[in-house]
Amino acid sequence: MIMIFGIPGPLLFGQLLLGLINGAFYAMLSLGLAVIFGMLNIINFAHGALFMMGAFVSWMLLNYVGIGYFPALILAPLIVGAFGIFLEKTIISRLYKLDHLYGLLLTFGLSLVVEGLFRNAYGSSGMPYRIPDLLQGATNLGFMYMPNYRGWVVLAAFVVCTATWLIIEKTSLGATLRAATENAPMVQAFGVDVPRLITLTYGGGIALAAFAGVLAAPIYSVNPNMGSNFINTVFAVVVIGGMGSILGSIVTGFGLGVVEGLTKVFYPQASATVVFVVMVIVLLTRPRGLFGKAA
Amino acid sequence: MSLTRRSAIAAGAALAAAPLSRRARAQAATIKIGVLNDQSGPYTNTGGITSVLCAKQAVEEFAAQKGLNVEVIAADHQNKPDLAVSIARQWFDRDGVDMLLDVPTSSVALALQSVVREKNKVYLNSGAASSALTGEQCSPNFVHWTYDTFMLAKSTGGAMVKAGGDSWYFLTADYAFGKQLQADTSALVKSSGGKVAGASLYPFPGTTDFSSFLVQAQSSGAKVLGLANAGGDTVNSIKQAAEFGINKSMKIAALLMFITDVHALGLDVAGGLNLTESFYWDLNDRTRAFTKRVLPKIPTNYPNMSHAGCYSATLHYLKTVADMGAAEAKKDGVATINRMKAMPVDDDCFGATRIREDGRNMVPSFLFQVKKPSESKKPWDYYNLVASTAGEDAFRPLADGRCPLIKA
Repeated sequence: MIMIFGIPGPLLFGQLLLGLINGAFYAMLSLGLAVIFGMLNIINFAHGALFMMGAFVSWMLLNYVGIGYFPALILAPLIVGAFGIFLEKTIISRLYKLDHLYGLLLTFGLSLVVEGLFRNAYGSSGMPYRIPDLLQGATNLGFMYMPNYRGWVVLAAFVVCTATWLIIEKTSLGATLRAATENAPMVQAFGVDVPRLITLTYGGGIALAAFAGVLAAPIYSVNPNMGSNFINTVFAVVVIGGMGSILGSIVTGFGLGVVEGLTKVFYPQASATVVFVVMVIVLLTRPRGLFGKAA
Repeated sequence: MSLTRRSAIAAGAALAAAPLSRRARAQAATIKIGVLNDQSGPYTNTGGITSVLCAKQAVEEFAAQKGLNVEVIAADHQNKPDLAVSIARQWFDRDGVDMLLDVPTSSVALALQSVVREKNKVYLNSGAASSALTGEQCSPNFVHWTYDTFMLAKSTGGAMVKAGGDSWYFLTADYAFGKQLQADTSALVKSSGGKVAGASLYPFPGTTDFSSFLVQAQSSGAKVLGLANAGGDTVNSIKQAAEFGINKSMKIAALLMFITDVHALGLDVAGGLNLTESFYWDLNDRTRAFTKRVLPKIPTNYPNMSHAGCYSATLHYLKTVADMGAAEAKKDGVATINRMKAMPVDDDCFGATRIREDGRNMVPSFLFQVKKPSESKKPWDYYNLVASTAGEDAFRPLADGRCPLIKA
């Protein structure tokens, strides 16, 4: 058997793959955050709570309405995205003129309220959500036993991330969005409805979080704390990638998943901290993040 | 009935006496019970508000008929020892709390021992697991009510080893509880001729993905995967183990699992698992009677052993208070605990038990197997009883605990 740093090769390959899978969640969540921060200048702390809502909505669709996993993959992001738009219209839009800090405090408060409501209604142990029959089972890759569902998560995350990146960087809609970020009054003068653009962007970012939530539901138990477990790491990912950088958040998300996975082999106790160690190093050497543009 | 002179006098006397008796009651000391547990984090459903409601149930059943004034208050310790200590100090110093109840999370439970001892109050723990609480860290102000790591290791671990599971890999929450549970189970495995192939200590709280550790466990070649964790962590690790097919290549020993966790997992994943609790709502007529009484008050779940322990501990404490007088009980925590140890314990949840000198309540332990979905006929119909161990045999022998109280 091949040994790498005293660890059997197959085990290490397995860990790299698992790292990529976790990285897929980091990438999807940090992508939504980056989009929202880039366009709205809001540090959206409610992201974790809305990710959790995505999982809960898919659970509710299944248990109250009888709608299965695949339709939920489309419906849940739409429902939660609409809720996001409602939040943006009624509450968040009032803070655009103020300092970042207010947006952060407001969204943090919102996330506490949303999590509290769900905890009150459903308790903290969580709800079971089955892996859809189509994706049950696992494939033997030789070096490890790969659950089909996890393979699907990586694939879906990769497709969604690439699509988002393409829309923002390569389409005319994306160009308008980016222009509105640079100079909103000018774009508005060209006849573009900037406030509506911002609202839709927020809804889109939230829909991404909810999509990740639906993907996560069969892996983790659907419980009110599932978002807050993720959100700190995801913020570190955004900071490392460079605030507001789309490509940065995707690459860093996957990359840090791998780093974390490897730490779990060599020194598991540090696996929760390693992301923050990387963050400190990046902030010391490249304060704008790995992919951040100079001001 | 016509109004006679005698009945008129009796009515008058009753009227005159009414304010007096009300005053007399107000003068009697109020007993204050403080339920301190996790009300928002990973252990909310294993304790949480249901523990508070179970304590109130005991108050309702007993205090009213004995004319005791009892008040139950509660707080969220967020699994933080420093926060718990400051809440407890405030409760004892300012709010006049006499008895501290529940307190899951072993690190928190251990931190409170010295505070309760310093203030000479009563500390009845139902939710925490570490066997160190009645071992090296024991206290004359303390009773460990419902279960501990030694009993879990002996019951679930013992059954696993007996069934041929002689090599173990542990997945352990990296704090006082997880380490103690791993240590107690390792000792048992080794003493029965088995070996421990390895362990992954993962950061607690905050770990949600266990796949990496599970794959390591799988490649260790061990026969049994010992889960030295609790609550949401146990649920996630079992769910993910099923995903990676580990439940086919290894046996899973969920060393601490409550019925609330089984509910969260669903029987299609949890079915077939062995686990140990000292209480199950559908165990016998008395447990069913208790569940029927308390259920209308609980919003989301059936009671587990930790909840039942809160009821049972409160009931026995109130019986003791009624026996020695509220004023006496408020004055001296050690004296109250000693009286509790001297009195036989009996209630619907655990039957007749006794409290040992080191503060261990000798409840029986039950090994259950989780039902398959097809076997479950009604809501929360989850367990088949596999084996039961009498209280005297379930726990660590007194001499092995190294509790300083015993030497004295």
